[in-house]
Order: sequence, then C-alpha cells, then structure tokens
Amino acid sequence: MAADPIHQFRIIDLFPVAHIGHTEIVFTNSAAFMLAAVVVITAFLIIGTAKRSLVPSRLQSAAELSYEFVATTVRSTAGSEGMRFFPFVFTLFMFILTVNMIGLIPYTFTVTSHIIVTAALAITVFLTVLLYGLYRHGFHFFNLFVPKGVPIYILPLIVFIEVLSFVSRPISHSVRLFANMLAGHITLQVFAGFIILMGSAMGAIGWAGGILPFGMIVILMALETLVAFLQAYVFAILTCIYLNDAIHPGH
Amino acid sequence: MAEPAHKTGTEHPAEGGHGGFPPFQSQTYASQLIWLVVAFVLLYALMAKWALPRVGAILESRQKRIDDDIAAAGALKVQSDEAVAAYEKALADARARAQAIANETRETQAAAAEVRRKSLEDELNVKLADAEKTIAATKTAAMANVRGIAEDAARAIVERLIGTAPSDQAVTAAVADALKR
Repeated sequence: MAADPIHQFRIIDLFPVAHIGHTEIVFTNSAAFMLAAVVVITAFLIIGTAKRSLVPSRLQSAAELSYEFVATTVRSTAGSEGMRFFPFVFTLFMFILTVNMIGLIPYTFTVTSHIIVTAALAITVFLTVLLYGLYRHGFHFFNLFVPKGVPIYILPLIVFIEVLSFVSRPISHSVRLFANMLAGHITLQVFAGFIILMGSAMGAIGWAGGILPFGMIVILMALETLVAFLQAYVFAILTCIYLNDAIHPGH
Repeated sequence: MAEPAHKTGTEHPAEGGHGGFPPFQSQTYASQLIWLVVAFVLLYALMAKWALPRVGAILESRQKRIDDDIAAAGALKVQSDEAVAAYEKALADARARAQAIANETRETQAAAAEVRRKSLEDELNVKLADAEKTIAATKTAAMANVRGIAEDAARAIVERLIGTAPSDQAVTAAVADALKR
C-alpha cells in the first residue's frame, strides 16, 4: 500500500551472494544505494578534477570546496595532527551526505534510515578513537576520564559520569542520524499520504484540498535537504571532536 | 515505492526479526553490515589513494602558483626599487658634479679677473707715479721760474722807485725772505 509510511524503509533482496554459517548474505537495495553513493562520490571528485584547471570550473570548484570544507573542519576541531584522519572523516562525511541526499529523491532508499548502518559507522568511529588513543598515549589515554582540578571526594562520581558519557557516545552518535533520517522520511510520506487519502475520500474537492499537504511537502523537502546536510556535518564534526580526545586526551 | 526490483526481489516478511519495522528486522543486519563494510572500505580506499591526493595536489599547486607569483612580484618590486635608487643616485651624482664644475669655473674666472685687475692696478699706479713725478718736476721748475720772475720784478720795481738797481744779493735775499713768509 502506497500510503504506508514504513514501506520505504524495507530491505529488498535482489540476489544472494554467499552463506556465512546459517546467515545468507544478500545483495539488497540498501547495498545497491551504498555502492551508488561510492560511484557518485568518486565520479564527482574524479570527473570534477579531470582538467586540473588552475581556475576551476563549477564542478571542480564544488569538489575543491568539499575537500576544503572537511579539511577545515578537521583542522579546526582536531588540530593539524588530526589531519591523519582526514581521509576517514572525509569518507564518512561524503558517504553520509550522499546517501542522505540520494534518499531525498522519490522512490529511492535511504541507507542511513537503518540503525544498523548508523550504529556500524558510529562504532567504527568509537573504536578508532579508543584504539588510536590507547596506541598513542597508552594508559594515559584514560586521563580523559579524570578532569584536572576536581576535588578528590567527588572524583569517583566525575569519573563515572565521564566514562558513562564516553561509552554512550556511539549510541547518541548513531541514533541521532538514524532518527533524523527516519523521522523526516516518515513525515514526508505521511503528508504525501494525506493527498491520496483526501483525493480518494472526497473526490475533486479532496484533490484540490491536497494542495495544502503538497505545499507542506515542498517546505518539508527544503527542511529535509538541510537536515540531510546537517546530519552528515554533525556526524563528521562529532567524529572530529572524539578524535581530538584521542589525540589530546588531557582535558 | 515503485522500486523495479520490488517485483523480482523478495521482501523480508513483516514478522521477521524483531517485528514489522524494517530498521529492526535483524535478519537483514548481516547483509547490510557486509555491504556497508564493502562500500565504506572501497570508498575509503578510493578517497585516500586517488581522489583526495588528486584534489589536494590541485589545491597545493594553485597555492604554490600564487605563492610563486607573489614572490616574483616581490622580487620585481625589489628590482624596481633598486632601479629607482640607482636612478636617484645617478641624478644626485650628476647634480653634485655640475655643482663642482660650476664652482671650479667660478673660481678660475674669479682668479683670472683678480689677476687682470691686479696688473691693471699696477699699471695705473706706475702711470700715477709717473704723472706725480712730472707734476713735481714741473712744479719745481715753475717754482724756480717764479723766483727768477720775482727777482726781476722786484729789481725792476725797486729801480723804477729809487732810480738805482739794487744788488743781486739784496734782491735774492729779499725775495727768499718774502717767499718764506
């Protein structure tokens, strides 16, 4: 049923690929859109810079802009040492941005509307921070949880809170992106459903009245475009902030 | 919702996993994870090894070009400053030389004029001395003549008054006495 707002999130198996134990690995619509994003991003950057012009064309300008935007974000939040993670943050940002944007096209599938995807990305960031922090600073990394200048009698409480906030990072990191994308798409679908509902229930008057929810969709579409960009940016900048903790664990 | 693959593919049954809500259907997780890893690692490799160095190289070469141009402009400015300084130095030198030549000329001219003036003056002095000598001689001669005339006149006057000619000694003494007064 077209008006079902959940329908758009369904995983559709296209063809099976392999079996691991009892689990069947399937090439799904989600996988297709992930690979589409890889192709789109690579094409954008490679075709955009094909001429390597000194004075860039529009596409080259956009490619350079994406590079400098992420580079500036990484450098300003994680310092120049953070630039070793620049390819990682750039890949994260562009991947999330692109799948979010592709998801805004009607009839497409939004990869980031699945908690398993955002959770995997967030856990990747979490493990990168944890492992790099331990590799760089050894056990000094855990100074992150011990703020300086805190009286000794409330230190256990502070450390407990710090550890809790550190451990809950991947949860908030992943749920924020997942929930934003999910809610936005459901809202769009619900308002689109109103048009069908009014049209089929009230005939011509209903179709005319459908202009109202349609206008709402137009506005929401602009909002969702902003959210698609903003969530990718928030994910990237939080990654930078967490990486900064790994690079400079002293508070 | 008109996904073309929809017809050929099989949808996961709504009752699978943790219920009908697709993001919570856990039997899809393995496939999604595997493909996410494939896509993400592929994208990371493409970005880190190909796209980002490429864009970075373009930005770097542009920055280098800008820096080079600014450096070249700076070098040219130094050159032009040097040229201006050299020009000003040449101008000052020329001015100083002109001044020196003018001074030298003025001095030689003044010296020559002085020499001429001196010789002219000497000449004039000589002439003046000559003229004074002539005047003195004339005067002496004239004075001698005056004495003779006075003696003659005195003798003639005395002869006319008393009828006899006085002696020459007396006339000479009388005239000398009178001239002395």
